[in-house]
Amino acid sequence: MAKKKMLSEKEKIMILEKEIKDRIPLSLYEELKDEVLKVDLTEDELKEVIKEVKKRYEFAIVEPGEAVGIVAAQSIGEPSTQMTMRTFHYAGVAELNVTLGLPRIIEIVDARKEPSTPMMTIYLEPEYAKDREKAKEIAKKLEMLTIGDIVERTEIDMIDSKVIFYLDKREMERREISVEDVVKKIKIKAEKEYDEDKIIVKAKEPSLRELRRVREKVLSTYIRGVKNIKRVVVRREGDEYVIYTEGSNLKDVLKMEGVDYTRTKTNDIHEIEKVFGIEAARNAIINEIIDTLEEQGLTVDIRHIMLVADMMTVDGEVKAIGRHGVSGEKASVLARAAFEITIDNLLKASVKGEVDELNGIIENVIVGKPIKLGTGMVELLMKKEYEQMRGA
Amino acid sequence: MGKRKVDISKHELVPEHIVLSEEEANELLKKLNITKSQLPKILASDPMVKKIKAKPGDIIKIVRRSPTAGVYYYYRVVISEK
Repeated sequence: MAKKKMLSEKEKIMILEKEIKDRIPLSLYEELKDEVLKVDLTEDELKEVIKEVKKRYEFAIVEPGEAVGIVAAQSIGEPSTQMTMRTFHYAGVAELNVTLGLPRIIEIVDARKEPSTPMMTIYLEPEYAKDREKAKEIAKKLEMLTIGDIVERTEIDMIDSKVIFYLDKREMERREISVEDVVKKIKIKAEKEYDEDKIIVKAKEPSLRELRRVREKVLSTYIRGVKNIKRVVVRREGDEYVIYTEGSNLKDVLKMEGVDYTRTKTNDIHEIEKVFGIEAARNAIINEIIDTLEEQGLTVDIRHIMLVADMMTVDGEVKAIGRHGVSGEKASVLARAAFEITIDNLLKASVKGEVDELNGIIENVIVGKPIKLGTGMVELLMKKEYEQMRGA
Repeated sequence: MGKRKVDISKHELVPEHIVLSEEEANELLKKLNITKSQLPKILASDPMVKKIKAKPGDIIKIVRRSPTAGVYYYYRVVISEK
């Protein structure tokens, strides 16, 4: 009748920390701790539990040589065939156009320089987030407004060589801008006249080309707002107001007063990489893929997506999956040639005099050797002494 | 418009970055039985690298929060621009 004594909470934690803490993932450890603390155990029983947990954990770990990339590709690829091919959706977010479904997934893994529908989700600091009026005020400051937005129509007067801009009074009232404000923004060195409902700008040269140039320049002058933020929608989410925007400009928006810069985000992964760094870009890739899949009602194990995101970011910058990125940078000529643009790859490799070491999978499939995958990973070597001993 | 300072390390997408000391770095490489060049990379121009003032050749320990493992560590070696 040795140790029949039940362990106290303190003793249990002590044993757990010593025996298992750094050998299993933290979340698993926490779960085990919670469960163990609920029941009465003797020391021997607890050690038995720990042994079993370790065994099960080690059993669940991916084996060396397992083709995790292929499994991830299949696991993401299969549900993707179920996705809608339709590009545009009005994804819950009022009036805003967001690319979803398969086109969005492709956009992410291709690491396009700019998403087809850039979008920001702007969270506000507490004092602004609870107040609809204050939230709207920020929204107004965000929205990019050009003179073109408040001009109803333009006229080119060839005789006096001037351009006349007829203003949209209603629009101006709605956006609370006066004619003076607008005129002040026109930075062209030219004579300007204005009254209540129109602005006249004279061109220096009396040519149609010059007049057109002046017109374009004036129309694209922006009055206020953040560059690239085209449309703004304020929505209530739970107990706070959140601003959604069409167009994205993370750097400038974060600097604005009232914006909660710890949560505000964009769907432009390159912008996140530039502002927050590669690790944040990795997290953004994972979140964006998961969100897109979830929106389509699909569930893919997050580990597959983490692998994709890790692969895309190993070199310190976001790279595409495919011939311009990960696959195009493979060391083996044959692997690259087997993937896409075969002739080009072979030609370039022969010009450079590249050598293929036949270390990868595809190369060995091509030449008909056993592949180094799974049980094929293992190589047997014989000790020289043993060989000599046998030979003798 | 307000031009205030933004602390990027406070953002929810950014995990904690820690520069390893020489001893820690060597210990890690020994434990994993690899050389520095085999580690994942991070550019010296990365905003977080600049913030923690790491130099090329330093190893950065990244404390990732994961839905599957709770917390785990990832390591990247700082490289100068390609």
